[in-house]
Amino acid sequence: MGSISISKKCKDLSYSESGQRISSFPDEVLENVLGLMESHKDRSSVSLVCKDWYNAERWSRTHVYIGNCYAVSPDIVARRFPNIRSVILKGKPRFSDFNLVPENWGADIHPWLVCFAKAYPFLEELRLKRMSLSDESLEFLAMSFPNFKRLSLLSCDGFSTDGLAAVATLCKDLVELDIQENGIEERSGSWLSCFPANFTSLEILNFSNLHSEVSFSALDRLVARCKSLKVLKVNKNVTLEQLHRLLVHAPPLVQLGTGGFSQELQPSQYAGLESVFNNYRGLHNLSGLWDANPLYLPLLYPACTGLAFLNLSDATLQCNELAQLLGHCRNLRRLWVLDTVGDKGLEAVGSCCPLLEELRVFPASPFDADIVHGVTESGFVAVSYGCPRLHYVLYFCCQMTNAAVATIVENCPDFTHFRLCIMNPCQPDHLTNEPMDEAFGAVVKTCTKLRRLAVSGLLTDLTFEYIGKYAKNLETLSVAFAGSSDYGMQCVLGGCPKLRRLEIRDCPFGNVALLSGLDRYESMRSLWMSACNLTMSACRVLASKMPRLNVEVIKDEDPEDKCHANKVYVYRTVAGPRKDAPPFVLML
Amino acid sequence: MARSETYENDLHLEATELRLGLPGSSEPEKKSTTTNIIASNKRALPEMPEDSGSSTNNSNVSDARNEDGSPPSKAQIVGWPPIRSYRKNNLQPKKSEQADASGMYVKVSLDGAPYLRKIDLKVYQSYEELLQALQNMFKVCIGKYSERDGYNGSDYAPTYEDKEGDWMLVGDVPWEMFISSCKRLRIMKSSEAKGLGCA
Repeated sequence: MGSISISKKCKDLSYSESGQRISSFPDEVLENVLGLMESHKDRSSVSLVCKDWYNAERWSRTHVYIGNCYAVSPDIVARRFPNIRSVILKGKPRFSDFNLVPENWGADIHPWLVCFAKAYPFLEELRLKRMSLSDESLEFLAMSFPNFKRLSLLSCDGFSTDGLAAVATLCKDLVELDIQENGIEERSGSWLSCFPANFTSLEILNFSNLHSEVSFSALDRLVARCKSLKVLKVNKNVTLEQLHRLLVHAPPLVQLGTGGFSQELQPSQYAGLESVFNNYRGLHNLSGLWDANPLYLPLLYPACTGLAFLNLSDATLQCNELAQLLGHCRNLRRLWVLDTVGDKGLEAVGSCCPLLEELRVFPASPFDADIVHGVTESGFVAVSYGCPRLHYVLYFCCQMTNAAVATIVENCPDFTHFRLCIMNPCQPDHLTNEPMDEAFGAVVKTCTKLRRLAVSGLLTDLTFEYIGKYAKNLETLSVAFAGSSDYGMQCVLGGCPKLRRLEIRDCPFGNVALLSGLDRYESMRSLWMSACNLTMSACRVLASKMPRLNVEVIKDEDPEDKCHANKVYVYRTVAGPRKDAPPFVLML
Repeated sequence: MARSETYENDLHLEATELRLGLPGSSEPEKKSTTTNIIASNKRALPEMPEDSGSSTNNSNVSDARNEDGSPPSKAQIVGWPPIRSYRKNNLQPKKSEQADASGMYVKVSLDGAPYLRKIDLKVYQSYEELLQALQNMFKVCIGKYSERDGYNGSDYAPTYEDKEGDWMLVGDVPWEMFISSCKRLRIMKSSEAKGLGCA
């Protein structure tokens, strides 16, 4: 969505004799109008117009998005926005997903909850990503906010199923419970049984990533009495037969995540499931399908006609099985698969799904150096021919060529997110043996709407020269094992005006590059550099010159080495250096 | 690269020097920010080769290099490929399942034969192929399967033991289901197989 252009409006406002600007609207009207604005980018623009607009905006704002929990403090948020009902909060740097950030680094939710309990007792929604939360925090949450409705936890850690039990027991009006996790201690599945017998408000329930078995009868009764349930994603332990019962008792779902899909069925059971899915035409999202037995996939065909999002990343399908399934999914917009489907499977994607906008291909055996399989450049090319609307791709492959990528972006010039992971670090074009520079050059030259880019393969500074020169809308860049010298990083910092997040690992970028971005970092959310060539002294220089940046050095390897800064995390903040840094984090 | 070594020595001394100022306040680097800040020798990287064909020559990989200078294998690099932990945890059990599933060897016994044989069920795509192979291997006549009569009319009938320990007639269930549940095969004499295959 485009941002509102404010400056012109500003000039039209009338001025009093003393030069004071008089707003044309009374406050209540202004607040009502601004209250309709949803985009937080637009709201930020609006708040900069003048003091009246700033005030009207802050009073009318009900939803706040905090992309980095350390960029601001809970008190600052509470002081500025008095009427918040819904908060999105993100914590650790993204590379923590890949074990690059030690445990107990921070991003503890508790201080936020304590502040919100006082400032926003009517808080309804909390969506957390990469935050740490304890069971005590979850209990505190459940007790402090009587109106609490929506809890979404993505990639968080520090809590156990006991915390979930507290939420289930105490949040009487809960509408959404969405747990997409790793790092959760699974003590038992009994948390689900904690929803009271008279609890009926649930609309969204996702516990697909939990391993412990919940009581099926409790789940069955819960599903039967929550008449507004729209989204149900169960975990692997729920069998096909149990799924059948759930679907018979549940209201018509819009999103379904099945459990295991491989139990041996009697013919009568098969027929029962067949008839249930036959009536399931309103499904938009389908996921789960663990260990999918290909014999049972036809059960799903009738439910696939209206499907917009199909997530097969937990099902090891082969190409034929996928091809047959996709034949029934002509309306598909988003598809996630494992690379077990191979290039042939992707050819089927290209021929069956002309409306496809997003494709993610995950590796089934990423750590098996000996096994050569998965997908190559030809699968991706096949998809690009059949799916011209493709704009989001995440592709893990074992080989790629410059020519293939050039063809792909020629077919699909509208990429906004291009994340290519050639799994062997520093691997060149497998046909020409050249670096993959031209591939990413083609991407940035052709895809002018590109907002997110992840590069891989053998890359020299030329790639980054291209990025700096052409990727004018780029907001997030992820780099690993690439580049030749400081010049590469300097090109990016000097050339991408909209860059917000830069994450780099294992590249030969050093102090010169780091300090060349001195005047950029305040306009970015964060910079991550690990296993590059940074020294402590350069980090100290950065910290001392830019007081509104926090410069953190994580010292988790080789305590004898006082010189190198192996993991550096830089982010802008109005809250000053954080006070909860653990001993292995040096705040400079 | 003597120049960089000199500077590196300087930096080391500085780090241990006792000073009253704040960290970063009186560093020589401040005089000229660009030239004096040099990457440490610890991660000494050879020049990027002109012809950057071979990935083994690439100098951009971190310290975790193998003895011969080749980039580390995937298994040795922390956090690579960049896959979220929950996805990794989902994959690992599958890996062992796949290992079991590749090469499905089952014992085959023939009534009256002195020793057993072993065959790999994965090699066959259908019952026809399997029965043909069994007939060739044991030089017996198994004949054609019929749902009503089983293998009546031939000398031998193929049976198998399934996951639950029951002896079943080969051919009743779809092929995929058969190979995922078959534990061993026994080729019975037709006279003994009378109990099976009746409607």
